[in-house]
Amino acid sequence: MHSALLAIDLFLVIEKLVLIVGIVSISLVIAMYETYAERKVAAFIQDRRGPNRAGPFGILQPLADGLKLFMKEEIIPNTSNRFLFILGPCLAMMAAMMTSAVIPWGGTLNVFGRPVTLQIADINIGILYVFGVVSMGVYGIMIGGWASNNKFSLMAALRGASQVISYELPMGLSLIALLMLTGSLKMSEIVAQQMDSTWNVLYQPLGFFIFLVCAFAECNRTPFDLPEAENELNFGYHQEYSSMKLGFYLFAEYINMFISSVVMATLFFGGYDIPFFNDAAHTDWGNWLVALQGLVLLMKVGFFIFLFMWVRWTIPRFRYDQLMNLGWRGLIPLSLINMIATAAFILWKSNGYKF
Amino acid sequence: MQALTNRAKAVDRKPMSFLEKLYVVNIAKGMMITLGHFFKKKATISYPEEKRPFSPVFRGLQILNRDEEGRERCTACGLCALACPAEAITMEAAERLPGEENLYREEKYAAKYEINMLRCIFCGLCEEACPKDAIYLSETFAPSNYQRKGFIYGKQDLLIPSPKENPGEYQKAIGNRKAN
Repeated sequence: MHSALLAIDLFLVIEKLVLIVGIVSISLVIAMYETYAERKVAAFIQDRRGPNRAGPFGILQPLADGLKLFMKEEIIPNTSNRFLFILGPCLAMMAAMMTSAVIPWGGTLNVFGRPVTLQIADINIGILYVFGVVSMGVYGIMIGGWASNNKFSLMAALRGASQVISYELPMGLSLIALLMLTGSLKMSEIVAQQMDSTWNVLYQPLGFFIFLVCAFAECNRTPFDLPEAENELNFGYHQEYSSMKLGFYLFAEYINMFISSVVMATLFFGGYDIPFFNDAAHTDWGNWLVALQGLVLLMKVGFFIFLFMWVRWTIPRFRYDQLMNLGWRGLIPLSLINMIATAAFILWKSNGYKF
Repeated sequence: MQALTNRAKAVDRKPMSFLEKLYVVNIAKGMMITLGHFFKKKATISYPEEKRPFSPVFRGLQILNRDEEGRERCTACGLCALACPAEAITMEAAERLPGEENLYREEKYAAKYEINMLRCIFCGLCEEACPKDAIYLSETFAPSNYQRKGFIYGKQDLLIPSPKENPGEYQKAIGNRKAN
């Protein structure tokens, strides 16, 4: 065997490590400030001012909240399954963080003459990976609810699991229509196609709408926040949790929100494509163009995060039967129709618009 | 039955149309309402920095007044204690000694004057009862305290700063009220 094949590319290892650390810390910081933004948005929508005491405009509030959570007494119920009880929030957090690995955050940077792609892993089954990891998030809920050894928690976990599984179906079906258009599961490929032509949301508005609704359900956000229904199930699956373990669950929700916003922006809104601007004509800007692209992606994500919060503070929670009705009798047929219509259209187009 | 106002609307019990059943339009409408509130002026007053002005008849903590020369006006007649419906005021009288004319205005003064702020209902009857204009209700309210005995205000808490020695504090304590 040739010796060069065995050599480890040290630069690649460093590059990926820096990327991983960077992306993980960025998503943590964004999730942190999402909690602040959530409280501010809630306050503004309800004609209040929101947190404004910790630091200027209250921007240190997330730090204060985090400190408070860390200082709280950590209670593990005697009757709980200790190992699973600790595993639950870790799994929720891990599943939330892992999705960011396949997302292209920008174009190719030029670091000391070496091209560095702003993507941790450009695998050719990117979307499948996202799906696989997102569905792992249900383990966090399920294990947490089960290990608490509490009727309410178990009930909420069951609800959560069935909700997440039911809404994954229309989500996948709406994506199939999209994948038929792009012909690729690779995230970077999908973004590149959108940069060359138009954003996918123009081809798949219904698919995007279904995906959006399912993303709300997957993130357990209002109107679908049944797993943690405060007033019916005493905070649901994290009732027995305290201190930072509770914080992990709450934090995982915000990271999920961030990641699903990124996925939506990437799949339907052109990823890091700058709207009304020809990126390819400005390659001489070099790294600045890449930074701008990253910023544009974050702006799109910011809009989606605001949408999440906006919806949360507008629409009340569904009843459980309404939730299931919407999922199985509303969204699944709708996404099936969307899929078949897209398939028929693609077939028609490939036949040269002839029957 | 005749309606009280012309705003009454009959309840519409028609079955929902297909568009209404989708809820999407109504959800969009609702979101526009919340977005409208997003940009509305907030009603909140950020309290410690910004204070709501009191009305001119506000009745707050009692203050024991002094005259222009800084002498205590109270003569310990006990009319305020008598008028007090909550029996919050107690006092002990003492006779003014020679050489204390610059401290007390009349021959008799209150050696001890206590108001229990937990009992006080801030009705202002003491102010009305006082023949010497010695007590009046200010525009501050009782601050919180950790102990019950902290709410029993003695003379040192109630007495207004002397207008001669400490005119700035005196003006602050007087507030918008007319002195004397």
